[in-house]
Amino acid sequence: MRRTAFYVILALAATTFLYPFLWMVATTFKSPAEVGGLSLLPDQPTLDNYRLMWARAPFGRALVNSLFVAGTITLSVLVFGSAAAYSLARLNFPGRRILNAITIAILLVPAQLTLIPMYTLIVQLGWVDSYAALIAPYAFNATAILILRQFFLQVPRSLMDSARLDGMGELRILFTVFWPLAKAPLAMVGILTFMGAWNEVLWPLLVVRDEQIMTLPQLLTVFSLGGGAGPRQLATKLAAAMVLVVPVVVAYTFLQRYFIESMASTGIKG
Amino acid sequence: MRAEARSGLLLSSPYAAFLLLFALYPIGFSLVLVLLKWDLVTAPSFAGLDNVQHLVGDARFWQAIVNTLVFLAIHLPLQIIVALTLAWALDRPLLFRAFWRATFFLPVVISGAVVTILWSALYATDVGLINGLLARLDLGPVPWLTDPAIAMPAIAVMATWKNVGFYVIIYLAGLQNVPRSCHEAIELEGATAWQSFRHVTLPLLKPQTLLVVTLSTINGFQLFIEPYILTGGGPLRRTLSVVLYMYRNAFSYQKMGYAATLGLALALLIAVVLVVQRRVIGSAEEA
Repeated sequence: MRRTAFYVILALAATTFLYPFLWMVATTFKSPAEVGGLSLLPDQPTLDNYRLMWARAPFGRALVNSLFVAGTITLSVLVFGSAAAYSLARLNFPGRRILNAITIAILLVPAQLTLIPMYTLIVQLGWVDSYAALIAPYAFNATAILILRQFFLQVPRSLMDSARLDGMGELRILFTVFWPLAKAPLAMVGILTFMGAWNEVLWPLLVVRDEQIMTLPQLLTVFSLGGGAGPRQLATKLAAAMVLVVPVVVAYTFLQRYFIESMASTGIKG
Repeated sequence: MRAEARSGLLLSSPYAAFLLLFALYPIGFSLVLVLLKWDLVTAPSFAGLDNVQHLVGDARFWQAIVNTLVFLAIHLPLQIIVALTLAWALDRPLLFRAFWRATFFLPVVISGAVVTILWSALYATDVGLINGLLARLDLGPVPWLTDPAIAMPAIAVMATWKNVGFYVIIYLAGLQNVPRSCHEAIELEGATAWQSFRHVTLPLLKPQTLLVVTLSTINGFQLFIEPYILTGGGPLRRTLSVVLYMYRNAFSYQKMGYAATLGLALALLIAVVLVVQRRVIGSAEEA
């Protein structure tokens, strides 16, 4: 009896989370006459909303931009970030303690404080409407460096020593000895970084005005503010949103355990 | 040894350069900007404390603060109650446990821009899903986003829907640390399930609750894309958020000095609110 109650609660909640998404998918295939309806199966499915959305704004280009920007940021955070984390964890050099201290200190600085100075910096560098403006400020990430550094500190000293005796350089030690051991933290940092970059919208809204450079969330936002509120426009906006959602939902379906563990671990350890 | 120092400097120098340019310089320059009047086109001029003075008397800024407090007053309790309920329901052997968990977490991984556009469709007065459901019950239509009294609560509900899955996972991790023996002991004394939850589980979950309150409060002060897409800050500025106002000062009005002042005020405000919350929640148990 009590068991049934749990399932009722869970099913109600699941419906609240899933039904809007399914309704959104259905609506993108509906004709304007059907858009207000509650049904999840369009009577006369149409691709008009997708054709309209694709014709009215460069969503294909934005998809490529998003993949390029989020991909480059993730790669940089993993490769250059783990090089920095490795040196901060395992190498003795002047300035190491200061770098470690700054890394921890800037985690306490709220993003709102630096948003406007960062914007004026980008303007002064002449980077408005460039990929550099979208990528460079995210090329490193203090949280990622702390996670990787913490892991690298636990790798046994003897592994490093024997690699050095074999004549390996530090970069080779990092990528051939440390990386294979660090798959879990690397995957976690990779997912967090990619998702953050893929979903970011405030920063692009500040530094990009050229449609050709816009990433998906920004183009989607600009596009949705441009249209009216009629049924046709609503369905078109939702069709545009699908371009952003589908890759994430596909990745999430296959990797949901890693998504949940990575994203929640930032909170659980706190 | 010298080789190691050289490699260390080499491997960390890109990061050091990054910190200098994109962390330390902006932090320092934020304090300079507060004293400037600058439109990014003409040369900046020294403005003394004009920006701070303007902020103190700026009705829009205070309206944005009040709006944020309205948001938090609805969002925080709702978030805690829903997250606790779902975590509590999940904290036992169940069929499809991974499915439930993944479903609740789904909106967390979806971009805020998408969630907001989806909810603009759910909240739409004429063709929206929610008013469609209400019409089945012969209710409504409710002007969710155009009634000044309803718009911010509507955004608070949306934000709860978007984020609650994250907090379910946090509470779930906390619940799994509550020893069964605690419940058994108190239930032997004749306590009901509710009493056992209220007096054993809830106090033990205080660290998680503090985390939920902290992160949700930070989120609340960072509202941007939600009012930007849904309402533009209206109706009657009742959904204007501090970050949206800051964005407009920088992007639309070209007032860099004032925008930076808003950023500094917001950062200080968040710090103060978090300290107060920590005190209040910290002392709740002793009372």
